[in-house]
Amino acid sequence: MNRLPFTLVVGAIITAFFVGTALLSLVWTPHDITELEISQRLQPASATYWLGTDQFGRDMVSMLMEGSRTSIAVALIAVGLGIVVGVPLGLAAAAARGSLLDEVIMRGNDLIFAFPSLVIAILITAVYGPSATNAIVAIGIFNIPVFARVARGGALPIWTLDYILAARTAGKSRARISAEHVLPNIANLLIVQATIQFSLGILAEAALSYVNLGAQPPTSSIGKMLAESQTMIYSNPSLAVLPGLAIVIMVLGLNLMGDGLRDALDPRLRRARG
Amino acid sequence: MTRYLLVRALSLSLSLIVASVVIFAVIEVIPGDPAAFMLGLNATDESIANLRAELGLGGSLTERYANWITGMLRGDFGTSYTYRVPVADLILDRIWVSLPLAIFALILSTLIAIPVGVIAAATRGGAGDFSIMGATQLGIAVPNFWFAMLLVLLFAVTLQWFSAGGFPGWDNPAAALKALTLPAIALALPQASILARVMRSALIETLDQDYIRTARAKGLSRSQAIRRHALKNALIPVLTIIGLQFSFLLAGAIIIENVFFLPGLGRLIFQGITQRDLVVVESVTMLLVFAVIVVTFLVDIAYAIVDPRLRRR
Repeated sequence: MNRLPFTLVVGAIITAFFVGTALLSLVWTPHDITELEISQRLQPASATYWLGTDQFGRDMVSMLMEGSRTSIAVALIAVGLGIVVGVPLGLAAAAARGSLLDEVIMRGNDLIFAFPSLVIAILITAVYGPSATNAIVAIGIFNIPVFARVARGGALPIWTLDYILAARTAGKSRARISAEHVLPNIANLLIVQATIQFSLGILAEAALSYVNLGAQPPTSSIGKMLAESQTMIYSNPSLAVLPGLAIVIMVLGLNLMGDGLRDALDPRLRRARG
Repeated sequence: MTRYLLVRALSLSLSLIVASVVIFAVIEVIPGDPAAFMLGLNATDESIANLRAELGLGGSLTERYANWITGMLRGDFGTSYTYRVPVADLILDRIWVSLPLAIFALILSTLIAIPVGVIAAATRGGAGDFSIMGATQLGIAVPNFWFAMLLVLLFAVTLQWFSAGGFPGWDNPAAALKALTLPAIALALPQASILARVMRSALIETLDQDYIRTARAKGLSRSQAIRRHALKNALIPVLTIIGLQFSFLLAGAIIIENVFFLPGLGRLIFQGITQRDLVVVESVTMLLVFAVIVVTFLVDIAYAIVDPRLRRR
């Protein structure tokens, strides 16, 4: 692996930028967005307000920094939920291929797929009210079958290999083989999938908070910025354009990184490069 | 084939039963007393008791579940607490917005994606392929509701070709279609990006097959080989994705309806949530999940008809 793929480099830089500003927003933003300065409302971009202010006089740069922090946090935890629950399920299904367990896990997965994450979010919100946590659960539940499927699909061919047979004759349990021999071999697949789910999670979070099923005030979120800007789209289109651009660039960066990672981590390509 | 159909039909009904139990559990069991939940904190005991009677909350959980299911099978989706009309009527009113919108978007997405994917595959590695792949990469990254806002900005605010929202009803089909055009484009383009990429990779894979080489050796040009042999086979995976996208579009329409103030199922469900009208939320989510499960089932069947190898699994 002499050269990193171009897409990986570009994607990683974009992603690092957003993750960096999101982390920075924990300790510093150009302005305090909890203080509404109505006298400063709808300012154009200037040296003080780099991207202008919104209808409540809040600094757009600060709003975007905190908003992308919400997006990243929600999507990241949702991916984590999918991995922590989904991967063991997929590994168990692969280890017990064709058994009742395998069948139950995979049919359960199909069932979750039948509930679009939006419908899950609606159900949860209808009862518990909207919150970032509910958005995480709604997106995370949907990630479980995705990771279970990828883990199972990746693990199945590995179970047919000779060294697994050797490990079994050595008396290792299926669970130990899954953890020690199968998991490291499907880690690449999981990393690539995690990148994809991360970007889908950011889109899903934006959609949920746009229809007010996500994070609630005072937490800033890009979806809510878009929803609030909608009534002002005639007079101040930049309020609607900027948050959307932020999402597009963030998702684009993650997708490029995912593509690049796939190229970099695919063992066949690596061998071909020498 | 019969065996395959039976197995699939069995798993279809099982999925529907489990899905309905999950929805019932979330809406009617978890909140404790749905009547108290719907009326909020200031409700009097008397009004809660009235609503309990109205919702039929007297019976056991199994009875209530059975009533809900048999009611829906008869077309009785309960009575909306806030609108005071049968939920079935509300759904019937609004499905004539959501369903045409999803179909419109699906047609648009297919019409755009298939030629674009074919061109990309045919010019594989060239400038055309490169720019198409770049555009689809962008299309996948754009949230459809934001894209919808940009469309409003361009076509409704600046150019004033379309209205920014609302729906005139089907009495005037031309106006109705016009009102659905921007929403359908907003829904279709991100889906078309995915579909075009699937089309491209399916066609590239097919073009590498031996029978295409044979066809070329017989003297067919590249485009003749694509048209006569490759396209038909490459379309199989594309059809599956189209089927799956339909259910996705139906759910996606929920969000887009909010951008354009379209009186569809999505608006109904959000009004249901704000007004704590659990009857509406319960029935409409069940309907959506039902549609998704049935469409997936139909896609599976269609797939098995087109590709006999699948039936033997």
